Amino acid sequence: MTIMKKLLTTAIASAMMVGSAQADISDDTVKIGYLADMSGTYRDLAGPNGLKALEMAIADFGGTVNGAKIEVVSADDRNNPDSSSSTVRRWLENEDVDLVAGMVASSVTIAVTKLLEENDRLGIVSGSAASSITNEHCTPNHIHYVYDTYPLANGTAKAVVQEGGKEWFILTADYAFGHALEGDVTKVVEENGGKVIKTARHPFPTSDFSSYILQAQSSGADVVALANAGSDTTNAITTAGEFGLTQSGQTLAALLLFLTDVHALGVNTAQGIQLTTGWYWNMNDDARAWADRFMEETGVRPTMVHAGIYSSTMQYLNAVKATGSDDAQTVRKQMMDTPINDMFATNGRIREDGRMVHDMYLAEVKTPEESENEWDLYKIVRTIPGDEAYRPLSESKCPLVSKN
Amino acid sequence: MSMILGVPAAVLFGQLLLGIINGAFYALLSLGLAVIFGLLKIINFAHGAMYMLGAMVTVLMFDAMGINYWVALFLAPLVVGCFGMLIEYFLLRRIAGQDHIYSLLLTFGVALMIQGILTNIFGVSGLRYSMPEIFQGGFKLDFMFLPYYRAWVIFVALLVCFGTWFMIEKTKLGSYLRAGTEDAQLMQGFGINVPLLISLTYGFGVMIAAFAGVLAAPIYSVNPVMGSNILIVVFAVVVIGGMGSIAGAIITGLLMGVIEGFTKVFYPEFSSAVIFLVMVVVLLIRPSGLFGKEA
Repeated sequence: MTIMKKLLTTAIASAMMVGSAQADISDDTVKIGYLADMSGTYRDLAGPNGLKALEMAIADFGGTVNGAKIEVVSADDRNNPDSSSSTVRRWLENEDVDLVAGMVASSVTIAVTKLLEENDRLGIVSGSAASSITNEHCTPNHIHYVYDTYPLANGTAKAVVQEGGKEWFILTADYAFGHALEGDVTKVVEENGGKVIKTARHPFPTSDFSSYILQAQSSGADVVALANAGSDTTNAITTAGEFGLTQSGQTLAALLLFLTDVHALGVNTAQGIQLTTGWYWNMNDDARAWADRFMEETGVRPTMVHAGIYSSTMQYLNAVKATGSDDAQTVRKQMMDTPINDMFATNGRIREDGRMVHDMYLAEVKTPEESENEWDLYKIVRTIPGDEAYRPLSESKCPLVSKN
Repeated sequence: MSMILGVPAAVLFGQLLLGIINGAFYALLSLGLAVIFGLLKIINFAHGAMYMLGAMVTVLMFDAMGINYWVALFLAPLVVGCFGMLIEYFLLRRIAGQDHIYSLLLTFGVALMIQGILTNIFGVSGLRYSMPEIFQGGFKLDFMFLPYYRAWVIFVALLVCFGTWFMIEKTKLGSYLRAGTEDAQLMQGFGINVPLLISLTYGFGVMIAAFAGVLAAPIYSVNPVMGSNILIVVFAVVVIGGMGSIAGAIITGLLMGVIEGFTKVFYPEFSSAVIFLVMVVVLLIRPSGLFGKEA
């Protein structure tokens, strides 16, 4: 009798669990909203090709998860936090979007992740750089996946100071991302015995950098660091070349440079520049194989952001599959509990503050003689282990981090 | 080193020179706008797109056919100018005589379309264009390193500005132009083909913008959005100078370049806004602009 009773309760319990697992995927649909700069400064590093990477992940996953459809909606963030917030609000309230992916401009990301927290949905940030996204702006509802300003500073700035660049001039894009990067770089420079002698903040975006380059030249600094991104960085590098900045003995350090930027500059202009990246398409067999497929789809090689979008989408869908749920907290916990091993990262892990910690790479742009084709652009100088690259939790200002 | 207002004098001189160089760009672009508005009363919001096309055509001609910088300097403005005339013939002509707002909206739409199409094809990271060999290097002045190319930009931009002003204000052709737009019927009575004159004038204004684009190609990132960033500034320059005033556009262009350059030294964060501050002040004191005719 007791055995029969046990069997019966077990059967009922498991039936309920299956039932609840199915009911946990709302509307029998997993809906992903892709929000990124589709037409402006950051289009090429994320943009429509990021959407392509997202769709590749869904197709590779099989198009459905536990029998539920996977749908995608997308929107242009126009680098504008206000219009992006209203888009995302509509997605959450009317379209039942479960995950917001992409997210490029840090100002947009900070606004959108607040909304995600209010509505308890999940976000995976792949394009933004500001390290504050998992520090003072952390929420229990988002994950920051590809990179942030902390390793950019820690990788490039540390390497350049250790090579003897002691006095720094920092040229900063005047918004959240630039400020975060400037702060992180200043800290690394000072910790390694260097000094920031001057900073200049330029409006975003700027096409003419000649005034700033002239100020940098007359400052007498050893190192001129660019704390900006996209066309701001490429314009500044072009102008620095024109004004003979490096010929006059100063070192140029681009703190955030994407593959698409280097491709646009060409190896002639960009050769020798050191940079930190979270991934490079030609760094190993897995990366190369995926980059080949990506190139067939898009005609270009993927940036670290494109690769990160693919990897994080896979990670998300696997977590939905494993938990049978699209509930934000359930999925986030599952993602945190699962190490990430794929074409993007080895032993990557998501911390309680939402930071995905993985190895970063210090790279140097090849010379025209070394470069075999238009996308053969980097040589990896050094691997920066994840724990060394990212801000340690002991320094975190994120309220989610339990201080021991 | 002597200091002025806490900044080394050499740095200030350098900024003054750079300000004039940037001002030369503003002058060139606002000149085209002023010609088009002054003579045709069209508010040409497609001007930035035409500037961008000048640069893009230069790069594409080089990539596809190996056409060099010096040929592009003539050919690219010509190609873009013809394109401008097509826009005038097929679109702008239909709204002639209507309120200014129609031309503004129409040209704005055209600009967005051109920009959107090219963004889809080429992306926004920018196309590569190498500086011509002859311009490698620069003058080592006491206070700064002046690249040869920047010196060339000042020279040629001022030449074109002066030439255009001279042609419109001082020659017979210029007087026809001014008369043709003042009283089309009367001029037609004299046997002058006014619609053609208008087409050519629009094409000419567009050519100047495209010419500025060619000049910009070796020094700025050549991409489909490069024109939209500069357009608003150039409009402010034209408003400050006085809508339609040719001399006003040129002088104000240079002046704003210099003011912006100095702002970049003392308060860089404000550099993109300073021109608009000047615009507000000027409009409050002289609503028709510094060189505009009182309405």
